[in-house]
Amino acid sequence: MSDNHKPELDQISGVETTGHEWDGLKELNNPLPRWWLYTFYACIVWAIGYWVVYPSWPMVSSYATGVLGDSQRANALAAYDAGIAERAGIGDQLVAASFEDIRTTPNLLEFASANGRAAFGDNCAPCHGSGAIGSPGYPNLQDDNWIWGGTVDDIHTTLLYGIRSDHDEARFGDMPAFGTDELLTREEISQVASYVASKTGLEPEEGVDLAAGETLYVDNCAACHGEDLKGMIEVGAPNLTSATYLYGKSVDAIKAQIYSPRNGVMPAWEARLDPATIKSLAVYVHSFGGGQ
Amino acid sequence: MAQTQARLITLEEGLFAAFLVVLAFACLIVAGKTYDQVMAFHAMLGAFVAAGSVFVIFKNYFDDGGIPIPQEINGKPNYNMAPVKFGVVAAMFWGISGFTVGLIIASQLAWPALNFDLPWTNFGRLRPLHTSAVIFAFGGNVLIATSMYVVQRTCRVRMPGSVLPWFVIIGYNVFIVIAGTGYLLGATQSKEYAEPEWYADLWLTIVWVAYLLLFLGTLWKRKEPHIYVANWFYLAFIVTIAMLHLVNNATIPVTVYGTKSYIVWSGVQDAMVQWWYGHNAVGFFLTAGFLAIMYYFVPKRAERPVYSYRLSIVHFWALIFLYIWAGPHHLHYTALPQWASTLGATFSIILWMPSWGGMINGLMTLSGAWDKLRTDPVLRMMVVSVAFYGMSTFEGPLMSLRSVNSLSHYTDWTIGHVHSGALGWVGYISFGALYCLVPWLWNKKNLYSLKLVNWHFWLSTLGIVLYITSMWVSGIMQGLMWRAYDALGFLEYSFIETVEAMYPFYVIRALGGALFVLGAVIMAYNLWMTVRHGEAEEAEASAAGHLAAAE
Repeated sequence: MSDNHKPELDQISGVETTGHEWDGLKELNNPLPRWWLYTFYACIVWAIGYWVVYPSWPMVSSYATGVLGDSQRANALAAYDAGIAERAGIGDQLVAASFEDIRTTPNLLEFASANGRAAFGDNCAPCHGSGAIGSPGYPNLQDDNWIWGGTVDDIHTTLLYGIRSDHDEARFGDMPAFGTDELLTREEISQVASYVASKTGLEPEEGVDLAAGETLYVDNCAACHGEDLKGMIEVGAPNLTSATYLYGKSVDAIKAQIYSPRNGVMPAWEARLDPATIKSLAVYVHSFGGGQ
Repeated sequence: MAQTQARLITLEEGLFAAFLVVLAFACLIVAGKTYDQVMAFHAMLGAFVAAGSVFVIFKNYFDDGGIPIPQEINGKPNYNMAPVKFGVVAAMFWGISGFTVGLIIASQLAWPALNFDLPWTNFGRLRPLHTSAVIFAFGGNVLIATSMYVVQRTCRVRMPGSVLPWFVIIGYNVFIVIAGTGYLLGATQSKEYAEPEWYADLWLTIVWVAYLLLFLGTLWKRKEPHIYVANWFYLAFIVTIAMLHLVNNATIPVTVYGTKSYIVWSGVQDAMVQWWYGHNAVGFFLTAGFLAIMYYFVPKRAERPVYSYRLSIVHFWALIFLYIWAGPHHLHYTALPQWASTLGATFSIILWMPSWGGMINGLMTLSGAWDKLRTDPVLRMMVVSVAFYGMSTFEGPLMSLRSVNSLSHYTDWTIGHVHSGALGWVGYISFGALYCLVPWLWNKKNLYSLKLVNWHFWLSTLGIVLYITSMWVSGIMQGLMWRAYDALGFLEYSFIETVEAMYPFYVIRALGGALFVLGAVIMAYNLWMTVRHGEAEEAEASAAGHLAAAE
């Protein structure tokens, strides 16, 4: 069959074959479709035009820059500089202004809120949640239960330096590990936990000596958490009568926290974000409603 | 050449046996001296396979009494189809595995709990397992099996060698096993689509050179005056993949006793080499290779001549010449110089028509046979495949433009684009080829059930449509959300909000993937039943070109 080189006429299309045949396969001798060829040429012409206008071909030590002199690097830097310049004025005002000024100056407040919202989503939401309601170990920023204080200045300080972060000014509260450091026995921890529970609306464990628990509380806990259990913002000792606890509100959770406390860390943002953005975050977080 | 006298072991058998013995000992030494558990496992695997292969080579020699295999029987070529059968079965196995892993990672994106917090089932390890399994394991086996079939039949000659074809197909599958288990155990060189570590790359290089020799050897022996168009595409695929593989995997191992290696390229040069490789893996593996399949199986199944010889020449050379330039369009707005990026984009636009040349030749070959689409779901699958090819090769140049790319890049749009090519084009042309091949190879009159092919077709088409459309919507939404600013110039959305917004589309995508997997399972059952219970063909009937009767 391969020796037969004669083109034959395909009955269906009326076109001749090339005369080749492989395993029963033949080829028609159709010309290139015109629209295909012209579109191909058009694409080539377009590409040549593009090369003339934009940077394209490499040269020996440089490249063809194109007649427009376009440069993505220059464009990006210019756009960046323009963005910085546009915000510089109001950013400087924001840094210079007191929080009271920001609260009473509409354009500053608007700028701080927008900046704070954008910065919160990418920097704070991963731990505190998109809606800022936190999760176990990560405080809820919507309620009025503030471990280190809920005024806008307190929030600003926390943001700048962090909590137990590596910053020298970091807020630092250190709950002793009463269990692992053998300051209290397991029974004593049960007693003091049940005492705390009884004061905050939880059911104490059955058969536990609450009077002993109270004595233990006064001796070991009241210095920081206060005799009224209302905590002390200065040392970051949480209010034990509040409706929510950072690590869960139950007798078992209280016992766990007394035995071997988890001391969570919040990073210091001073070196990561610019001053205007940190101030904006303070304003934004304070505006959730729980701020004092 | 019908010699019947017993022979000594051939040079080919002897060399392969010697090579494999050396390899087995080398693997044993590495396994003994390594500190790396993954290396120990892979070296032991290599030692077992090499030693086992030596045993099989000698067993075969003694079993057939050393009588050489005749090149022709009664004047007809004695085609070597057993390695092709092996490749077909392997393709079906890896296909279902790869699609299933794809479904798992699609589900992980919608429901992260499915990562199970285990290193081996983490998205980061399963994702390269999925891409390699579908591209290299499924696609690769389809390409090697069909190329062995097509080159023999269109050259009217038996492939050279008795060990060589088996070395190629089994060696390639050993590479797949080493690569895949390596990913699961955490061995990767972190180059997309080129993740296997240095020793797997080295092994693939050896297998690939053997493949090239096998293919060229068959062409050399051919009994036809001309080389059929499908073979040009197969050869372009084999040669270019060899070049891409060598340059992009130029690494220096820390030690031969460990899996870790470091790439010789650095910085933006490494990125450019990587995407020169990555884009041309699409161009020469997933396009040129599968166009070769189309050029044989579509005219064969439609029983029509190829539409235009001239178009096939022009679009072949244009495609080969232009594809290799387009890689930089993967690196727009990066550290890559702008001139390289624009040059890549313009070549991608010029590439549009050469790509479409294949589509035109595929679709127009159907002229005079369009009625067969109603009755033959296999042909329909291949035609829809060519349509998907046309769609994704239009979308590709569009996405390569810098302005479009600034929206589409890094979003799900890219994933959707890739899958319209992968599921639609590569998947369907492969399914079509396998549906044709199985009855031909196992001498059956036709497939076990065309009705099941129909089910496969409609389920997976629905799956592809769900996949692509959900990724278009999700990708464009994602791109728009990333670049949305409020009146004061601050970003409108945080990153996590854009992730949250994609959830429903991830669910729809996983559903589409599930339908595609289901279709493939139906296909595997159908092929299995064809082999087991299909009606046998009379021995002498032409093994090709017959259409199964409509139901």
